[in-house]
Order: sequence, then structure tokens, then C-alpha cells
Amino acid sequence: MQEPDEKRAVLKVCQDHGSRPENLLEVLHAVQAHDGYLSDDSLREIATCLNLTRAEVHGVASFYHDFRRVPPGKTVVKICLAEACQAVGCDALKEHAAQALSTDMGTTSSDGEVSLEPVYCLGNCALGPAVMINGVLHGRVTPEKLDSLVSRASS
Amino acid sequence: MSAVTVFVPKDAAAVSVGADDVAVALSQEAQNRGIDINLIRNGSRGLLWLEPLVEIETPSGRVAFGPVSTSDISGLFDAGFLSGGDHDLGQGLTEDIPYLAKQERLTFARCGVIDPLDLTAYESHGGLVGLKKALELEPSAIVEDVTASGLRGRGGAGFPAGRKWETVRKESGDQKYICCNADEGDSGTFADRMLMEGDPFTLLEGMVIAGRAVGADTGYIYIRSEYPHAIRALNDAVSSFERANLLGKNILGSGQAFIIHIRIGAGAYICGEESSMLESLEGKRGQVRAKPPIPAISGLFGKPTVVNNVLTLATVPYVLANGGKTYSAYGQGKSRGTQPFQLAGDIARGGLVEKAFGVTLRELVEGFGGGTRSGRPVRTAQVGGPLGAYIPETAFDVDMDYESLAGSGAMLGHGGVVVFNESVDMARQARFAMEFCEIESCGKCTPCRIGSVRGKETLDKIIVGEDLEKNLAVLEDLCVLMTDGSLCAMGGLTPMPVTSALKHFPEDFGLARQAAE
Repeated sequence: MQEPDEKRAVLKVCQDHGSRPENLLEVLHAVQAHDGYLSDDSLREIATCLNLTRAEVHGVASFYHDFRRVPPGKTVVKICLAEACQAVGCDALKEHAAQALSTDMGTTSSDGEVSLEPVYCLGNCALGPAVMINGVLHGRVTPEKLDSLVSRASS
Repeated sequence: MSAVTVFVPKDAAAVSVGADDVAVALSQEAQNRGIDINLIRNGSRGLLWLEPLVEIETPSGRVAFGPVSTSDISGLFDAGFLSGGDHDLGQGLTEDIPYLAKQERLTFARCGVIDPLDLTAYESHGGLVGLKKALELEPSAIVEDVTASGLRGRGGAGFPAGRKWETVRKESGDQKYICCNADEGDSGTFADRMLMEGDPFTLLEGMVIAGRAVGADTGYIYIRSEYPHAIRALNDAVSSFERANLLGKNILGSGQAFIIHIRIGAGAYICGEESSMLESLEGKRGQVRAKPPIPAISGLFGKPTVVNNVLTLATVPYVLANGGKTYSAYGQGKSRGTQPFQLAGDIARGGLVEKAFGVTLRELVEGFGGGTRSGRPVRTAQVGGPLGAYIPETAFDVDMDYESLAGSGAMLGHGGVVVFNESVDMARQARFAMEFCEIESCGKCTPCRIGSVRGKETLDKIIVGEDLEKNLAVLEDLCVLMTDGSLCAMGGLTPMPVTSALKHFPEDFGLARQAAE
């Protein structure tokens, strides 16, 4: 069960957004920004606050790639796998990353250190391969550069 | 000596290759040497292969150096770059760099030139002229001017903006909306992002004009979460506009009211489809709506709504300031004005090229782009995003406008050009098109939801040469079905990259070349 404090935090987020159902995406973003992911308890609380069914909230949370239902790794590495980055070798970068981080694409390492995720376009298509690490965008990322960026981000 | 003005872009692409570090190192080095500099963080000029591009203001104009890394800084100072001194990284006067000099920058006139959040600089570079004119015009006259400009939707569909606005203007009801589609998800495109980061006021100005033209007092910008820099820039720009009474209940004392809300997407490509975006703005799953009714009649919360792309709305201030006729003098045929093309993928000089419609693909890829970055021969370019056609190098002489591209089985889309070298495997690219559709389909209609999965599976069989003839027939059938039976462009256009790859590169699918030609 959720601690009363956490429950209050979710309630406050909903109230900050007017407790209006059309603000559901913003509420989900805000709760996730605070907790790192969307727990079952949070979704239940959000449904109550916004006067939605749990199914409706679950439907939205599961539709969008951004929303997480489990906590992410400490470092989140997103590698762009769309066409412009394919043209400059993101497939090789992806394989290197999976090996170097001992994590399959789309999963979090068993020690919870790093999540490796695909993303379809970061809008840096002239300077690919593009990678986003903990929200910071990087361009022309070679395998060597990826290694040093990840070790800097996780240190 | 007064402080020299130095420009270092804060555009996300520039920052992705070290612009922030360069800005810090530059300030530090100047301080160490006791030199007073005035550092301005501008948008990007769009010469992305030269990023970080540092510019110095000199009496003869702005002088460019790039690509600059932190290790170059002390050498640049030694060479006297602040007074335009020679250095290996020197590119001469920025405006004279051929890549830029040969462009027609109308929508992007200020991008990279000014501090994006400096309202005074915005006005001194021609900003707000269009809005002030619009505030004195009757709404119908604004729509007429936009119609006369020939401006068409830059999001991809190319629908005449004036006609859409006229439909909304004529609708009754006191609540209407302007929704800006900033969910720029197509790979190979970044013009919306660059504009929102480099000249956000232009977009806001365009939205206020649109609001006055159709009788809407509320606007939404739906921007993708993958663009944190642009989100920050827009939030700051909206605050500045509010403080300057350019948004609010009584804009510049005209009696016109308009407010803008920023809404952040959540990583769903489909939300770039207008009806799916509206669902998302209402806090729901981004599933497409059946049309009719069109959004102009029943859009956001069931109200008449203008849905326009960032570039469409950002071009409106130019149209109002200079007149629709001036804008329509650019371009050819039914494609009037300019298009910000984006050169991406394996390209030597990647970046943004705003040119009048009619420039050829070859001119863009070879002339501006300089061929591949890898140095390997160009094999193909995908034009118009993940739903666009693969055009073989032999067909690069096609004119880049809506009709010419459509006539050759391709589409302009949002103006992205992704260049691939000879190493590309076109069967794999075709498979990716289906896979992408599988990942991003909203799931509402069967041709897209199931067709993409079957398409991917069938291509897997084709790639290993299993029952080639039979599976190619299945694939072609699927493509026809998806094209004809999907609810929106996602499923409807996914076959375009697949069939273009198959048509132009049959050898990659295990077929003899002449068989398909």
C-alpha cells in the first residue's frame, strides 16, 4: 500500500492540474517525474482524483511509450533507431551498447544501474547517431564516445 | 575597446556536439585574458555540420568559425579571432557561406541570427509587423491574405491553410481553438525543433494571428517530449509574450484576446496525426478519429479547430508582414512559397535548407549536402519521413514540390531527406517500415494494426528467400489493403517505403533487376 505521504503527493499533483480529466497526461508526467515511474497505487489515486475509471487511466498510461510502470535504471540510455540514424550506423551502436552494458534493448540491467531503450527520433538527424542519456542529447555518438558518456553519467 | 559580441548557439543539435562546453570555455578564456566579450546564445543557422558554429560580430558582418571544440579555444584567441583573424576553422562571413547564401530564408529569417528570447531583437529584425497589421485587419481579410499566399500545410498533407482557416472562421459558436502540431516525429526532420528553439516568437505570433483570423481565443501547442530544449524555449517565449501583452485578454490594446497552453506529448509517433493529437490533448489515448467530421468543424473538445504544423503557423507572420502575393511569388505550380528542407542521414553537410519549391533533390543532396559524410556513393534517399518513398539516386533530378513528388510515387511530407550510402540493404529498410508501423500503430483499425505485423513477418520470409514468389504476392496484397483500408496516413502510407524499395531495388529482395522494371 502507498504511504500516506505519497498519496498526498499524488493528490497534490492532481489538484495542481485542476483535478481535470483532460489533464491526465500532464498528471502522469508530473507523477512520473517525481517517482520515476507510475505505480499501481499512483494510478488508482489518480483515477479517484480525476474522476476516471482505473481502466481509463491504465489505458492512457499503457498507450504512450514514455510512461513507465516499473522503476527505470539509475542511468537511462536512449538510442535513436530511426532511419536517419540507421544511415550512419545506429545498429552497430545498439549492439555495442547491449554488450557493453550487459542489457538487452528495452530492458534494465539486473543490478538496476542502467536502462537501455530505443527511441524513434530525437530530432538530431544531421548529427547522428543520436543518443539521449538521462535527458541529455548527444550527437555523432561512436561506440567509444558512448562508453565514456555512460561512465560519466553513472559516476 | 568595447566588448566584442560572440554568438554560440544553444540549439539542441549544437549542444549535442558540445556548444555548451564551448560557450563556457570561451567565457573563461576571455576572462583569463582580460578580454570583455558579450556572449549571446543564439539559435542555429542550420549549418549543422559546422556546429558548434561560433560567430563574431565585426564591422563587415558576422564572421563564422566551426566546428569549434573546447580544445580550439585558446588557439582561436591566439589567432585573434575576435577581430576576425585567420584560423583553420574560419568560414569567412557567415552570410557568404554558399550553403546559406543560396537559400531563401523567409520562415527561418531570424533563426540563428538573434537571441531567441530577446523580444527587442525580435522586433528590430522584423518581428511583430505581421501581428500589428493583422490586428488592424478584419478577420476575413487576414484569411484572404493567407489564401492568396498559397501557403499549404507543412506537416505533410499540404492542405491549403487559407481554406482551412476560412472553414473555421465561418463556423458559428463562441469557442474555437488553434492547435499547433509540434509532434515532429518523422526521422530526418528537425525544422520544427530548430524554429521553436531558434525563433519561438514567430510561432506564437503566427498563432495569435490565426486566432484573430478565425475567432479563436485559445491556442495549444502539442510538443513531443523528446524535445526538452524546445519545450523550455517555448515556455520562456510564452512568458515573455504574456509580460509584453502580446498574449492575454487585450493584446496590445486591440481588444483581441488570445492565450497559449503548452502540452507535452508522451512518445507516441501517431500523435502527429491531427485527430490523434486532439485525443491526446483531451487527455486520452492517442487513437485516431474517423473523419468526417473534420477538425475544422468538430475538433478539440468538439469545437471548431485549426490544426496547423509549426512551420505553417510560423510562416504566417511573414505572409501578413509582406503580403500573400510576395510569398506566393516563390515556388512553382501549386506549391507556393518556400520549404525548409532538412538534410539528414549519411550526408556531408547536413542541416536546414530553406528554398523555394522546385529545387531538385540532386541539388539538395549533392549541391548543398555535398554527398555522403562517409564518402561512399549515395544509393538512395528517403524523402518525407518514415512513411515516405525511397528515391533511387538515378531519379534525384525530381523537383521538390508537392505535385512533382506525388507524380513520381513519392511525397514531400515534412521536407526531410535522409541519405543512405551503397551499403544500405533495402529489404531491411522495407522491413523496418513495417516494424515501425507495428510499434507505433494506434491499434484502432485492422489494416494498420495487423497488416504491419504480417508485413514484417512476410518480409522476414522474403529476406531469407522462403517461397519468394508467394510471399511477394502476399506483401503486395497487404500493401494494397493497408493503403486502401487504413483509417489514417500511418497505415495508409507505410506501404510507400516498402513498395518504392521493392520497385527500385528488386535485387535486394532476391529478384532479378529487370524483372521488376
